[in-house]
Order: sequence, then structure tokens, then C-alpha cells
Amino acid sequence: MKPITRLHSRTAVLADENIDTDRIIPARFLTTTTREGLGKLCFHDWRYQADGSDNPAFPLNRPEARGCSILVAGRNFGCGSSREHAPWALLDYGIRAVLCSEIADIFRGNALKNGLLAIAIEELEHRWLLRHPGIELAIDVREQFIALPDGGRIPFRLEPFARHCLLNGVDQLGYLLQHTDQIDAFVRERESQEAAIHGRTLQQNRLRSNGVSA
Amino acid sequence: MSAKTLFEKVWDAHVVVAETAATPAILYVDLHLVHEVTSPQAFSELRERGLSLRRPDRMLATLDHSTPTLPTNADGSRPYANAEAQAQVGQLETNCREFGVELHGWDSADRGIVHVIGPELGATQPGMTIVCGDSHTSTHGAFGALAFGIGTTEVGHVMATQCLLQCKPKTMAIHVDGQLPAGVGAKDLILHIIGTIGVDGGTGYVLEYRGAAIEALSMDERMTVCNMSIEAGARAGLIAPDDTTFAWLKGRPRVPQGAAWDAAVTSWRALRSDDDATYDHEVRIDATAVKPTVTYGTHPGMAIAMDAPVPAATNAQERRALEYMKSQAGKPMQGTPVDVVFVGSCTNSRLSDLREAARVLHGRRIASGVRMLVVPGSEAVRRDAEREGLHHVFTTAGAEWRVPGCSMCIAMNGDLAQPGQLVVSTSNRNFEGRQGKGARTVLASPATAAASAIAGRIADAREYLTTPDHSREQAA
Repeated sequence: MKPITRLHSRTAVLADENIDTDRIIPARFLTTTTREGLGKLCFHDWRYQADGSDNPAFPLNRPEARGCSILVAGRNFGCGSSREHAPWALLDYGIRAVLCSEIADIFRGNALKNGLLAIAIEELEHRWLLRHPGIELAIDVREQFIALPDGGRIPFRLEPFARHCLLNGVDQLGYLLQHTDQIDAFVRERESQEAAIHGRTLQQNRLRSNGVSA
Repeated sequence: MSAKTLFEKVWDAHVVVAETAATPAILYVDLHLVHEVTSPQAFSELRERGLSLRRPDRMLATLDHSTPTLPTNADGSRPYANAEAQAQVGQLETNCREFGVELHGWDSADRGIVHVIGPELGATQPGMTIVCGDSHTSTHGAFGALAFGIGTTEVGHVMATQCLLQCKPKTMAIHVDGQLPAGVGAKDLILHIIGTIGVDGGTGYVLEYRGAAIEALSMDERMTVCNMSIEAGARAGLIAPDDTTFAWLKGRPRVPQGAAWDAAVTSWRALRSDDDATYDHEVRIDATAVKPTVTYGTHPGMAIAMDAPVPAATNAQERRALEYMKSQAGKPMQGTPVDVVFVGSCTNSRLSDLREAARVLHGRRIASGVRMLVVPGSEAVRRDAEREGLHHVFTTAGAEWRVPGCSMCIAMNGDLAQPGQLVVSTSNRNFEGRQGKGARTVLASPATAAASAIAGRIADAREYLTTPDHSREQAA
């Protein structure tokens, strides 16, 4: 992941509440085995008409929404499935940030791990942004505020670790792998406890029943 | 030591590195379930980085989402929806072979929906941490496990380290007092709960379902309840294990046997919230007030008793939902014409669900013009159902009896409804287009689904049931 410190863009607005992951990317497109190229499928059934042409009623199809990389969405954006295809599709489509008064848990975690700024803001400011599409915003990840054109600021808060990872482009798997010694120690301790309780470890149970080699 | 909730006990037992102000906890995972849709990119990542699986012995893979539910073609080939679906299944087969993961593929007698086979095999056990790249992993919480869905990046984390980076969620107790009325089941209850707390009412929380009505539920019913925790925004939902749990698990292939079983049960009995434990939030639900419940809108929180009037829209979103569904404010959902009925999914595809539908359908035929699919959750469920002759009840009634898979719940295998069709579905999501572009989904119990198939309209199964319901005793 590349470090992200600031993001500057006009906003596009999808005011609907509870925009679920099936609307972000319909399940029938999940047969892919890669992360790439999902942008053309993003919001597919909302964005296109039956003949494949752009649906003029889809807010992001309006000329003024083109090229906007900050999406202001209705409450509970990303609810539904755990499919990481949702943030992959949004990023490939060109969305770099989603602002919302509440963002579904799994989606938010997936988004931040991919460098998509899924940011929860206060309801009052959220309502204001929903009413003002096309406004120029600058998101400052380090200082945790969103700058408005008139100099006003909307504060937000990311978990410190998520923020650290965004700012420094931290590879979270690399971070976990740095703790291998602690994981090893934990596993030794846990499996000796399990063996004491169950007579043998669950692992041995599994190996015996399946012949899978570890 | 201070009092702990069930969730906190399971969480604390799996903390490898404690959470700090600056860093999340490193949490150990006991069981990692895998299916074809959310794993290929994670396997690719491992290959690119030259990493191996830390604990292939703690992984269990199956084919369910992209798989056809029709039998093999005459030439032995499988009727995949398209080449991509077939390639995706092939990729999981290859990945499992190369990385040494146990796969319940086409030739396995145990293949099925991931959240059905984990418990069936006894791989799901109380006190475990269980993850899968699938939001309905919450199902396994019915056994007192901390089980939740993760994204594909996290699937890669667990593959390589058997751990996840997690911030501790808040806790919410859902006390369900009293007993459910006759003819009202677990699906009605969970739809009622989500309708009460809202589609985002559980966001940021782990739910614990408790109280007399929960204790009276069979394991199948508890799985139905925990399965839909995510539909209220909660990543996980737990129920404390008890004698019902232990009786259900005893003798299953992966659980300890003999003296080790007794020792395991003794340790599992400690997995309940301490009497003086506190939750961040508590909700009380009156089970006696729950009626046969269905959804009327485009998310699972838009749920009401089928005989109650559909609420008027209060905002643009709700107006859009009612328009999409063609639901009319002020009118009940009961009586709405039905095109398709689906009995299946990780929510309601277990033997007791099929029995419930069969009890209503027995000796009857589904209405002309209605298409009904019954899709068992696993090969084991299919065998048991066929042993009891349930498949004859379904096919005699005019329904299709399929082979196991997720099928029309997610509609990515070719099982889908046409634009505008109304589907009464025992699955878990009624999002726009979830069961096919333009399809309208009404979530309901297996009994309601079966009754609606017969009537050709959304119907109350109690009108069709003359014999007493012994399913709860049987299941327990």
C-alpha cells in the first residue's frame, strides 16, 4: 500500500442509506479470481440501463460527478457481505474516500486495508455534506480533519493503527509476521493447555482423521 | 478477577499480543473456513510473497457459492453458470492441493455450505475463534464460539500467521424473555430482533443472545439466529453453550471422544457470562409477542409481522425500498402474490428447516405458476432428508429438489429470479438484486415459505398445520 497523507477532490454524493455491498458490486461478478478490473462493475445494476448505456438517474453518472474521488454516502454504507471486492471495485472506479456518519464494520476494515479512506464523521456535518455535492474537500489523514473551501474544518478520528498504516504505507501482514515469536509462544502454551484438557490436541485429532500433513 | 461476559472469556483466551492505545490486539484463530469466492486472491498473495500456510491443519475448505445445484450432465460434467464460476472452483481445488488444505470438494460425502458443514463435522466447537471470508460466519456463534467474517486481505493474514489484528468490539446482550408461541420459530425471532434494533443496530458490537426463549431453541434454531447477527451490523453473535449444545456435538467426527469429551464438556461449561458481568448495551425482547415475520423492504431491518400493515415511508430511502418491492404502506405483506419460493441458504437449510417446510407441504401441491427450489445445506442434510423421504414430499408438491450449495441466496451460480419476480426466501438478505437483477425478496421462515408456495401468496403456515410440532424435541 502506498502512503496516503492528503486527498483533495470534489465530492460526489450518493444519499441513500444502507448502500449494501450487493449494490456496490453484485454477487454475480464475484466469480473473479483477481482483484483487478472491477471498476467497470462498480454499482453495476444502478449505474447502467438494461441496454448497457449509462443510467442518467445514477448520481455518479452526472457530468459534475465525473472525476470526483471523494464519495459522501448515506448512513451505514457498505452493509452486508464481507466481500473485499467492494473496496477493490470502488478504488478501481476512482473513489479514494467514503465519508459517512456510520460505516459498516467489515467494509470499513477492508477499505482501510486497501487505502480507501472510509471515514466516519458526525451526523450534523454529514447531513451538510450530503446537501452540498461537488464541494472541494481536502482530507488530512495526519491531522485528522477535512478542510472545507471556506477554511472550516470537519474533524474525524481513525483508529491510531489504521492511521499509522495509511500514513506510512504499512503492510499489515508484514507487521503480523514480525510477531512470529510471540505467536509461536502463544501456540505452544495454548496447545499444552488443550492437551491437558482434551488428552490430545485438536491438531492431532484432525491429522488422525484426515491424513493432512502439516 | 472481574466478571466477564462470554465474549470476553473467548476473546481473552485468544489474545496473543494485547491491544494498546496505538495498536490493535493480535488475536489467534482456531479454525479458518475457506470457500472459492473470497480465497483465490489470498492464495495468490501468499504465492507472490513466497509464504506458506502457518496451520493448514486448522483450515477447512468447501465448494458452495459458485457451484451448480443441478446434478451432473449426462457426460459427467457440471452445469456451471459460466466459465468463470468453473474456473473459480478449479482454482480452489488447485490451491487446496498445492497448499495442503483439506477440501470438501465434489467427491466428498461432507461437502456443503461452509456454515453448515463446520458444525456438522464438529469442527466448530465452543470457545473457539472461527473466521471465514464470509459475513455469515456469525452462524458458528450458536456454539459459544467467537466467529466472524473477514475480508480477503485478512484471509491472507490468517493463512500466513493464524492471527488477525483486531480492536475489541463492544458487547450487547439481547435478552429474549418468555417463550415463542406455537408456529413461530427462530427465523421469525431473528427477523423480529433485527426489525427492532435496526439494520445497523449492532454495528461495533458483538451480540450475546440469552434468556429463556434462547435456551429453549434447538442448535439448528440457534444457528439461524446467530447467522443473521451481521444483518443487524454485528460481526458476531454468541449463545452460551449448554446441554443442548453438548448433546448436539457429541460423537461428531472432529470433537474429542471418550474421557477427552467429558473433559472438554467440563471446560466448556465455564463458557457463560458471569452473573455480574456487564454489557455496553442491553436490549429486551418479548418472545411471546413474536409472530410469523417477513420483510417488506430492501434490507433485513425492514421486517414486520406478516399481518401487520407495512409502515409508511419516512424518507427517500424507504420510499425507494417500497417502490422497488411494490409494497404498499398500510397493507400487510400477507396475501402478496408470490412467483418463486426458495428454501435453503446457511440460514435455513438444515434438516429441521426442511422438516418444517415438508410438514406444511405434506400431501399438498404448490400453486400453479409458482416455482419452488429446495436446496439442502450439505450432502449430510441431503442424505438425511432423503432417508426420511422429505425429497418426495417436495417433488410431489411440485418443488425442485437440488444438490447442496448457496444457490439462490446469493444467486451467483445461475439459480436466480427474473426481474420483478417476488421471491419468498428463507435466506438472509433482501437487498435489491440480491436474488437476481430486479428480483424482489421477502425473507421468511421455512414454514412461511412453504405455506406461501401452496397459497401462491404470502401465507401463515399455521393455517396449514393441523398436527402438533415435535420438531424442537426431535432436533434437541
